[in-house]
Amino acid sequence: MNAIERYSADFARIENTLPGSSISWLQDARRDALSRFAERGIPTTRDENWKYTDVSSLEKRALIAVPPTDRADAATLAASIERLALAAEYHLLVFVDGRYNRDLSRLGGLPAGATIGSMAEVLERNAGFNAGFLEAHFAGELWPHGAFGWLNTALAADGAVIHLEADTVVEQPVHLLFLATGSVSAIHPTNLIIAGNNTKVTAIEHYAGDDGATYFTNALTRVVVGDNANVAHYKLQQESAKAFHIAGIHAKQAAHSRFASHSISLGAQLARNDISTRLAAGSHCELNGLYLADGRRHVDHHTRIDHAEPDATSSEVYRGILDGGARGVFNGKVVVHQDAQHTDAKQENHNLLLSKNAEIDTKPELEIYADDVKCTHGATIGQLDDAMLFYLRSRGLDEAAARSLLIYAFAHDIIDRMALQPLRKRLERQLIDRLPLGSTEVSFSDLLLDGQSVTDQ
Amino acid sequence: MLKVKNLHAKIDGKEILRGLDLEVKAGEVHAIMGPNGSGKSTLAQVLAGRENYEVTGGTVEYDGSDLLELAPEERARAGLFLAFQYPVEIPGVSNVYLLKAALNAVRKHRGEPELDAMDFLTLIKDKMKLVEISQEFLYRAVNEGFSGGEKKRNEILQMAVLEPRLAILDETDSGLDIDALKIVANGVNSLRSPNRAIVMVTHYQRLLDYIVPDFVHVLSDGRIVKSGGRELALELEERGYSWLEGDAQPAVQSGARAAAGS
Repeated sequence: MNAIERYSADFARIENTLPGSSISWLQDARRDALSRFAERGIPTTRDENWKYTDVSSLEKRALIAVPPTDRADAATLAASIERLALAAEYHLLVFVDGRYNRDLSRLGGLPAGATIGSMAEVLERNAGFNAGFLEAHFAGELWPHGAFGWLNTALAADGAVIHLEADTVVEQPVHLLFLATGSVSAIHPTNLIIAGNNTKVTAIEHYAGDDGATYFTNALTRVVVGDNANVAHYKLQQESAKAFHIAGIHAKQAAHSRFASHSISLGAQLARNDISTRLAAGSHCELNGLYLADGRRHVDHHTRIDHAEPDATSSEVYRGILDGGARGVFNGKVVVHQDAQHTDAKQENHNLLLSKNAEIDTKPELEIYADDVKCTHGATIGQLDDAMLFYLRSRGLDEAAARSLLIYAFAHDIIDRMALQPLRKRLERQLIDRLPLGSTEVSFSDLLLDGQSVTDQ
Repeated sequence: MLKVKNLHAKIDGKEILRGLDLEVKAGEVHAIMGPNGSGKSTLAQVLAGRENYEVTGGTVEYDGSDLLELAPEERARAGLFLAFQYPVEIPGVSNVYLLKAALNAVRKHRGEPELDAMDFLTLIKDKMKLVEISQEFLYRAVNEGFSGGEKKRNEILQMAVLEPRLAILDETDSGLDIDALKIVANGVNSLRSPNRAIVMVTHYQRLLDYIVPDFVHVLSDGRIVKSGGRELALELEERGYSWLEGDAQPAVQSGARAAAGS
């Protein structure tokens, strides 16, 4: 059975268990998505967009979508959630193996114009939104897709909906925690963030899995940023080291809006993120990313920024650290359309290779069809700098500590761009845990615990 | 404190040091002068343990042990300090962090308790006055965006914090205007002590007007070819380095050993 047959069988098996299966437009949208997926098939390295990322190892696993089970015991789950939660005051939506878990979630008080909850519940109740509104996002070609995006639309069982009516501000960040508890399953989360005009919200999309579990996360997140709205999106990928993670995050920005995307990729054996946004007049986007991989792991970011209208600005900085036989891919495309005069677009990608066998393929792509624009891009690939290492060692830091400090400083450039303190602290700690610290470890962590970061400037 | 005997070192297959002898005792200040390419900076880097240089012969004894056996960090912890000719910029690492980590690494080695943030800040405030560095420097990335003078002052600040037994100053005067030179010299002079030795590597004798050495050595073609007192530097200033080259070389070489090795 090939991948298309297998996923089609998957679909036939679970179609009637999917939320909203009785809604005819949704049924049509899912079937349409499946056929579009089947037309494209699983991408191969012959596809330009997948040239450096081979998903055949994923296909060999034949991971299938499974209906929800309650295999993890409540106490273990609660402990995991406690460990992964970022701050007590954040709104927390927990999805266990792809399904919303109300008992583990905690939503604080929300302003009147905000609806935040489970996609499955919204579809089942078929309430809160009019059908046409959801239909527009599920059906057809409103959003960029690709094969895995269509697969997500066909098979998605749950995810988060964040809907803000105009002028609504959600003060506390919304933490969407997707926890995978078992092996041999495929999970297709679908998230929709609709931020009306003059709204503000921060969402954290967080993926984690039990150590050693082999599973497939295929996520799709769509973000609509209204006029003058401000949406910050954080993606923290810390899947099990054996997991496969493929995700799309796509935004559409209206005039004078702001959108920030921070993509942190720490886990999974294979991770692929497609992140895009389309900028209307006077809007701004910031795309930041940090990827860490070692062993035989593979991490790929494909980003695309469309400057569709004039006077928009974009700033993109991605940094990667690759060790062992890990492989990284960064492809950052910026398209400046003909009407997009006075575009200001900056893109940087910096990579640190810690071993001879680590590899990075980095490719900035600029397509400019307007004539009065300012666009810059740059990519670097390097090792730890000998002169810096010697300088630090000549001051008494041992080699491991000197290496650790330089790696930390390299990565911290991205953490520094994040506004959420609890998330910054979490990442700093995770980063330190992965460093080859030397005997000066005590003073190294000491400074962080003092509440200052190494790069406090 | 430091005994260098017949030191040979090369980089990229090229021999730079070709039988260098030098002895430095506690409390002494030595100046090593010489034209460009004579091996001054190589000597400084080799003593600090830079791995790009290959030591192909000779010995270096520091406080009775074999210096060449030690890793750069072990040398630093044992009290050797190199003020770099070109201090390295380290983006993302704050000056205060490096100073504190360095000091604690040295203190740990000496069996002293590590300083916490409060004690450290108290200590460093005094040292900063010495080289007229303002507090905002502490929170900037190490040397990043510093002017030439700021970088050199920062080196002396590190020296003041680490209180080394043997300080090697590599072209600390280069790139400094007269005011900055005075500040740096003042910092170094205040660190002169009977327990501490200082070796200054310099091209010009100007620095020696402000930091007066006990001994002056002339390095040429990888060897010390002449040694003397303060007046040797003045003579060099007047006559240049060329008078030492050619026929004078063998004669002064043996003299250098006698003077430096006593």
